[in-house]
Amino acid sequence: MMDSVSGTSAAVADKRVNQMQICRAEYRAIGRFVEQLRPTRQSMKTLQTQFPHLPPSTLLSIFSQEYQKRMKRSMPRHHAPDVIKAYYQRYRSEAKTRPSAPLLLELAHQVDLSPALLARLMVECFLEERQASVASRHVLNNMLREPYLIPDLLLAKHVEQCTVNDCCYGPLVDCIKHAIGLEHEDLLRDKLRETNLSFLDENQLRAKGYDKTPDIILEVPIAVDGHIVHWIESKASFGDDHSHHTYLNEQFWSYCNRFGPGLVIYWYGFVSELDCQRERGILLRDGFPSDIVSLCQGPARSRV
Amino acid sequence: MAALLESLLHSKVELGEAVLWLRGGRHVYESQNFPFKFSKEEFVPFLLNFLRDQSSQTLTHGPTTPAKTPSTSRSVRTQDFSRRGNKSTPVQTSRSGSRVQLFSPAPSVSPVNERSEQETPFTGSHCLSGVSALSSPSFSSVWSPAPRSTPSERRSAQRPSLGDFMTSPPETQHRGRRRSGVFGGGAPGRQTGSRGAEEGVRWDGGGRRNRGVGRTEPVSPPAPVQLNFNNLEDFPPVGAAQSSPVATKPSRRINPTPVSAERPNSKPKSCFTSTPLSLPASPPAIPESDGAKLTAGSPHSLQEERELLRRERSKLAQQASSPLKTTPAICTPTKTVHRQGSKVTPDPQSPCPDPSKVTQKSELDLLAELYCTCISENLVPCVFLELFFVLQLLTSHGVSVSESGEEGISLCEDSPDVLEKAYLGNVHNCVYFSVRVLENQFELVSHLDKCTLRLLSENERVGTFSSSLKERLAQAQDNCTSKALPSPPLFVHSVPFQPATDNRSNFSSDRAFHTFKKQRDVFYGFLREWEDSHKEPGWDFEAALGSRVRMMVSQLTAAGSHSHFARLFQKQLIQMCKGPCVLGSSSDAPDADLLGMLGADSLGRLKRLQQRLVQPQGLIGPCPPPSFPGHQEFFKCFLQTASCCQLNQHLKDGLCQQLLKLDEVSILGPDASPARGEETGDGDMEQQDEKQRFSSVLLTARLLAKFLGFISFLPYQTSELPSRDIQDTAITLRSKSSPVLDVCAVLRSSLHRRRTILTVPWIVEFLSMLDYIGPLLPFYRTALCLLLQIYKRMVLGRGGELCYMNQLLMVAVLGWLFQIPIFPEDLFFSTDLKEDVKELENIPSSQGLDTLPLVDQQLLYTCCPYLGEFRKLLAAFVAGSTSKSGGLIRKITPTSAELRGPSTTRSQQKLQVDLEQAFFHNQPPSLRRTVEFVAERVGSNCVKHIKATLVLELVKGGEKTLRDSLGLEGVNTAKLNDSICAQLCDAGMQALETATRFCSENAPGAVRVLLPLETSPSVLTTAESITTRLATEKACSWLSSNITTLLKREWKSAFDRVMKTVPSSISLDAEEVEGSSRSQQVQKSTSGLSAGSSCVSDCTHKVPLGSQVMIEIKEVLSVAVGPRSDEEVYTVHQIESLLDRVGQTLGCKKLLSPVVEQMLLRCTVQLACKLVSGELPLVSSAEGNKRPALLEKFLVLWSQSPSPPLHLLLSEPTLTAILSATDSERTDYLFLIRQLIERGLLGEEEVGTNWQKLSALSWPAESAEKFQQLSLGTQFPLPSLPNHRDILQVSQ
Repeated sequence: MMDSVSGTSAAVADKRVNQMQICRAEYRAIGRFVEQLRPTRQSMKTLQTQFPHLPPSTLLSIFSQEYQKRMKRSMPRHHAPDVIKAYYQRYRSEAKTRPSAPLLLELAHQVDLSPALLARLMVECFLEERQASVASRHVLNNMLREPYLIPDLLLAKHVEQCTVNDCCYGPLVDCIKHAIGLEHEDLLRDKLRETNLSFLDENQLRAKGYDKTPDIILEVPIAVDGHIVHWIESKASFGDDHSHHTYLNEQFWSYCNRFGPGLVIYWYGFVSELDCQRERGILLRDGFPSDIVSLCQGPARSRV
Repeated sequence: MAALLESLLHSKVELGEAVLWLRGGRHVYESQNFPFKFSKEEFVPFLLNFLRDQSSQTLTHGPTTPAKTPSTSRSVRTQDFSRRGNKSTPVQTSRSGSRVQLFSPAPSVSPVNERSEQETPFTGSHCLSGVSALSSPSFSSVWSPAPRSTPSERRSAQRPSLGDFMTSPPETQHRGRRRSGVFGGGAPGRQTGSRGAEEGVRWDGGGRRNRGVGRTEPVSPPAPVQLNFNNLEDFPPVGAAQSSPVATKPSRRINPTPVSAERPNSKPKSCFTSTPLSLPASPPAIPESDGAKLTAGSPHSLQEERELLRRERSKLAQQASSPLKTTPAICTPTKTVHRQGSKVTPDPQSPCPDPSKVTQKSELDLLAELYCTCISENLVPCVFLELFFVLQLLTSHGVSVSESGEEGISLCEDSPDVLEKAYLGNVHNCVYFSVRVLENQFELVSHLDKCTLRLLSENERVGTFSSSLKERLAQAQDNCTSKALPSPPLFVHSVPFQPATDNRSNFSSDRAFHTFKKQRDVFYGFLREWEDSHKEPGWDFEAALGSRVRMMVSQLTAAGSHSHFARLFQKQLIQMCKGPCVLGSSSDAPDADLLGMLGADSLGRLKRLQQRLVQPQGLIGPCPPPSFPGHQEFFKCFLQTASCCQLNQHLKDGLCQQLLKLDEVSILGPDASPARGEETGDGDMEQQDEKQRFSSVLLTARLLAKFLGFISFLPYQTSELPSRDIQDTAITLRSKSSPVLDVCAVLRSSLHRRRTILTVPWIVEFLSMLDYIGPLLPFYRTALCLLLQIYKRMVLGRGGELCYMNQLLMVAVLGWLFQIPIFPEDLFFSTDLKEDVKELENIPSSQGLDTLPLVDQQLLYTCCPYLGEFRKLLAAFVAGSTSKSGGLIRKITPTSAELRGPSTTRSQQKLQVDLEQAFFHNQPPSLRRTVEFVAERVGSNCVKHIKATLVLELVKGGEKTLRDSLGLEGVNTAKLNDSICAQLCDAGMQALETATRFCSENAPGAVRVLLPLETSPSVLTTAESITTRLATEKACSWLSSNITTLLKREWKSAFDRVMKTVPSSISLDAEEVEGSSRSQQVQKSTSGLSAGSSCVSDCTHKVPLGSQVMIEIKEVLSVAVGPRSDEEVYTVHQIESLLDRVGQTLGCKKLLSPVVEQMLLRCTVQLACKLVSGELPLVSSAEGNKRPALLEKFLVLWSQSPSPPLHLLLSEPTLTAILSATDSERTDYLFLIRQLIERGLLGEEEVGTNWQKLSALSWPAESAEKFQQLSLGTQFPLPSLPNHRDILQVSQ
């Protein structure tokens, strides 16, 4: 039973592989589509119906990244003190009239701000109001993670509503992302072990004093698709232009500069046009490569 | 000097005497039959100039047909005269041609004088060609035998006039500009002062190419020249003294440059190489020659002359190096040349050289003999330059037959003055002379690359003039085994990070460490950007990267990590630039391959195709100025732009250290007692290894030396030779401080230890970077003199064949050095070289590198890429001889962008090699050294072992068969011998198998012992298998090419031995050598990390991912907190299965980070809260209440987990929600709490404390009451009951 299930899912995964590399045009189409979406489970469903050929995780990743960009863009608009104050006042006044309504969530949607971020702002205001001082980041984070710590029951409820519903921001989402990252790194290590490739991981490298540490350095390099691979970086996200260029500058080129050519795995796919630095030592994949050629184990070498 | 030549030509002096004199060690040869008392150093330049002058007409361009008088024709000649005149002023030459014709075409314009006459019909062509066409543009030597024209006349003919700059139609302008660019940039190979202007140097090519233009488009408009107002020649001071009457020709608008007082050496400057400078005034033998000039010139001291000349030259150099002038050497496309119906003169059939039409054979022989002696004795500054000249003669288009019969030549031939005769005045004579020299210098020629040899042997002229030479060339070509394939470029482009040298402990502070971390990346960023864009037009390093580079370098200074960066820089430099330069020169290679493949004949067939795709390609001549090809340019520009003294100092230190280390590197000679047979084939395998090592060391050393020189002399670089005063001051100043590297000491020591083959080439690179003052400093002058001495004594062939190639390399690099701009012009032929080299005189007999055959053709051509010019020249001839274009054509490959095929087509084998390289990349360097060392030793041992066992056994077996067979009757011993020998050779092939076995048995163990015990298993395994492979390859490749020879030889001696003792017949059983091969050792590789710990013992780690489960719970929670639609409901079963999965996930610790674990648990507690408070929409099940079972699941889950945040259940929001929930839900809640307390998951006090909070709440009384009832009803565990009750009571 188990096997057959995993077999199916493997087949599905294989099928997916072809569809996880999205050409830039399609990526832009998705980008345009998500422009109007709110970060809720309902939106995700819409998205999945719209792009049924893409895996939900890929869609979520794309949405999340696009949404974060959107939030960053609108940050100045929402973070002006008077704007925040206005939001808070509005919440306060509405809370009196219809406390059971999902007030914060509605407000967030109305002003196109991430619910979790709005919740954070509101808690901040609340604490300031109460303590007449700026709340510490730590306290704030704790209250968002454990709304019951918020002395105002109603606010606590609304905050929880926001953080639980928001699929792009919030402590829960952060933790999920963290988990996803770890899981994929681990998946990578598993695959490497399965393939009998020995490697040094980030922690070992750091212990040795490396100044830049990819997730994996192979002790014995391999070749994928004719390209040498010394290191592997696992990215449990979708590789879009923005994030890829950031990674290139902050990580991938650095790895190349130190360890030679390597492989980046964007587990949730990437914009296919980005895979253009192969000759310079950066190869992109959306999964663990199955076409590995390894040293001395490759296709039989002609021994004279 | 002239007298000597004259006497020789008159047979007054024996040729043999002269040759002896030339060969003699002393400067003055004392013999009764040889009455001349000047030195060889004076005669040689004279002879060279004489030959250049002689050939100028033929070489330069086609017809000088309309020349009416010898003098004019000569003047023409003169003008082109020393085209080699590296030291001449090409810019002017080119101008002269172009501009003259501007005015000339209309005869009426200019008053009737000889000049206009001369120019009328053909000036254009002549001038054009004159300018450009001459292959060797040297103006004239101090003493040039032929030219009788007055200097001013000559000058006038050469100089552009203002008109030139105004009239050209665009098309020609284009061409003209290019041409001028060609000359401007390069003519004086050495003239090009600035090193940056290398591209411009294409004087030869330009000349040849344009010849065609001249001939076929005689009246084409003048070629415009860049106007340079600073050029004395273009804009001479008004009223400057004029020494010759002719100079005042009416057609001149601008006064010709005064020849006399101001520029007495206008002549010398044009001379061939540096020669004439050091010559004293011209000999009286030809009193008439250039009277004006001479008289003007002679009063000046030699020093002054030099000085003036230098100024002049540097001026030119400056022009040449100015961006405008250094138009890349693109030349007129051949196509345009051959427009149908091109004007005045129809293109005459290219004259076909005919041996029967050669005149003055004996004189030519004599000249050839003299010339060859000069070449053989290294009396010429650059042997290869002469060879190039000879090949130019061979490929000269010369004067067309019809025209040559006319006045010019015939007049010359009839001239009573032997020195006036035009020995090389026609193409027949040129080719004859050339072939004679080639025959004489066959050994030298035969060491050129296969492609050149092929082109040469297939050259129809060679065949016509000397079939024996053709044959010898063909033979040499067959013998030429070396492959000129460049090694594949390394694909790893970065310097590996080595913790041992690069981690934090190597830095003084965290800050320095992190700054350097960034800088490394920034540096590579520059490199990538440069790679991407440096070829784009208008891209400029300084403009694009300058400020960023300096910012980075200033951070280096702040962090004090110069040494680290210098090391990185140096390593990266070696990494990228050590090999032959692939970048940029790639376009040449395919041509060469094509030529080599097809040969000249077949190539002709491609003519038509090619003509559509041609683009002229410049010949740069065999002595281009130093350059920084490929990626070297990046490093050069970086240093220039950074201009950071600290960095430079660190680099100098590092470069010096590594250079000296490399210089000391020990290269092993062949074994002292080489076993028999080892000298076969390519030589012993160890010798091969050493050769490779040597070549790697040499190339690295040359690269480092060039950069060391570059950095060291960078502060002193000037665009031109400073004035005398400044020079003196600079010399005084600079001779006080010690040089960066004691070149002389290194050289002497190298001579002493006979390691010049390693040292000289890199010293040459170092010195080639000298600034103008550098060579004048006593220290460097001494070094240069030392090199001169070495060169002069390095007579090719005298060291025996063994190190002929070694010598050839040194002769080539030294000859090149003597021709580049910074080399003092007077030095080579100066007679007062006081630098006596003891080391040269009595070299200890000990063996040094110099006696080892270390250099092969590949290395030679890698070090001296300019040797490829021969091939280009000959190829141009092939193309030209069919297309009748004078230019060198190059195919434009439309597909060039994809020249290097897609990487996917890399063969697997290549990939394996790449992987191997990559493997070593990030390992400590010692690993590679060990592997290579072991492989080499094991491979070598393997061969020895096989020689000692297999070969011996086989031969023994053969012997036995032989003896047995001899006993039979009627045996044919010869046949028997052959058959046994064949059998043995067959059997010998099993040596490969044996070798494979031997290596795989012995190599792994050896490596294992030598590597650190801590080496990780997979690294070790890989190292072992690489070692095995390398060793096997080494052994097998040697064996497969040599085993047969070896066996044959061994068998032959055994056979002979047996035959001597025929009667004896001892029966031995033939020993059969086992051919069984054992299976290869199976390699086991272990995985790098042990699996995660602290899971359940039988955990398969196949659990739902934490992230996935969290996403699901989040979804459920978000439905619970709303807003939600009515359809969004869950069944108990769904929740149960979710909990199951959470349980699984939590059960496997492999993937679980503490953060995730906590979050998951928190989610379950939250879920429980939502459940018991009724916020979670559950569809009621038909099968009764399943909720207790569900709650039980929660309880089980929590009881298995560490510290779930159960206090959430008791938190205010939860309690509030519970209060507003239904009774059954409240029952569930209390059940849950009770169970938790029972199972010890919640302490009573904790519950109590939290309950207390209820008091603070303003609960409606009835609610509290309800709650109390409920709690009573569900029978709270007794111990806790009172507490709760209390609390509840309190709240009541």
